[in-house]
Amino acid sequence: MDESIYLDEARDPLIIAEGWMKEGKDVAIATVVETWGSAPRPVGSHLVIDAEGNFHGSVSGGCVEGAVVTEAIDVIGSGKARMLEFGVADETAWQVGLSCGGRIKVYVERLG
Amino acid sequence: MDPYILKTLNEERRARRAAVLVTDLGDGRDRIVREGDHVAGDLGTAIANAFRTGNSRSVEAEGRTFFLNAHLPRPRLVVIGAVHISQALAPMARIAGYPVEIIDPRTAFATPERFPDVALHAEWPEDVLKRAPLDSYTALAAVTHDPKIDDFALKAALDARCFYVGALGSRKTHAKRVERLLALGAGADQIARIHAPIGLDIGAASPAEIAVAVLAQTIHAFRSRGLEAKGAVA
Repeated sequence: MDESIYLDEARDPLIIAEGWMKEGKDVAIATVVETWGSAPRPVGSHLVIDAEGNFHGSVSGGCVEGAVVTEAIDVIGSGKARMLEFGVADETAWQVGLSCGGRIKVYVERLG
Repeated sequence: MDPYILKTLNEERRARRAAVLVTDLGDGRDRIVREGDHVAGDLGTAIANAFRTGNSRSVEAEGRTFFLNAHLPRPRLVVIGAVHISQALAPMARIAGYPVEIIDPRTAFATPERFPDVALHAEWPEDVLKRAPLDSYTALAAVTHDPKIDDFALKAALDARCFYVGALGSRKTHAKRVERLLALGAGADQIARIHAPIGLDIGAASPAEIAVAVLAQTIHAFRSRGLEAKGAVA
């Protein structure tokens, strides 16, 4: 059990995003804004992505991160935020899904 | 997200201050709301709820959809006194999500054998709290019965606006403590925040039962933060 009452600066996605920004990198922030049923990561969880596809954090424990990273790179390019939905029932829109059977909504926005 | 917003949010999080990031999911505009900031209407109610529960969620308000991301510092419990009650309280509080630190300068009490897997300081509270100050997301329970050890920590907890301050002892013991704290410069309104006798009144008899009462009172204080103040205004 993680007992620290302080931020884990080396692993905290929002701290990492700020560090990337200071290095002059283009950054996108993905946030879980809604979950239905069994979802691996709680609402509010973040994945942060740079323009080269480096990422930190998690929105699904590994199930859909690849797709989110691809979308995030587009968002960095266009500057236009996107809402993504992933779920086992949603077969047409997405090739990837959540094996746990849950459904999540992920908001992807550019930093700056 | 606005870069300045991210920088500010991280500053708040580093300093263990609560903040809610409000993002308009329609146009992407965001802003930071700090605990105690006044926000009107349904959005304000939802934000107040996010501060109290720590739960992040999407809400509909003013015909728009907002995402509220609640960033609450992790609460912790500092216990003054490496006594029998603390031995039961430490593991229970940890399971409930409140990491515990125990401070007691009496080296015969504060031993790792008596307190395995607990952050334990065999030092005076004055010295420990200088290094790791109390804050409003810290609860403090003083259970040594010894004014030399308890009093400084209680005064520090009141000054730091700890969300919970409890002190072990009978009403008679507490009356004497109040006089000492007044002499230390504590205000009457501050002293009124001390829970004494300590713990919810569940008729606790054994040290472990008192620990349950203290933990329950701590949780209640945490989950009702801000509600008492609002009640006073209304």
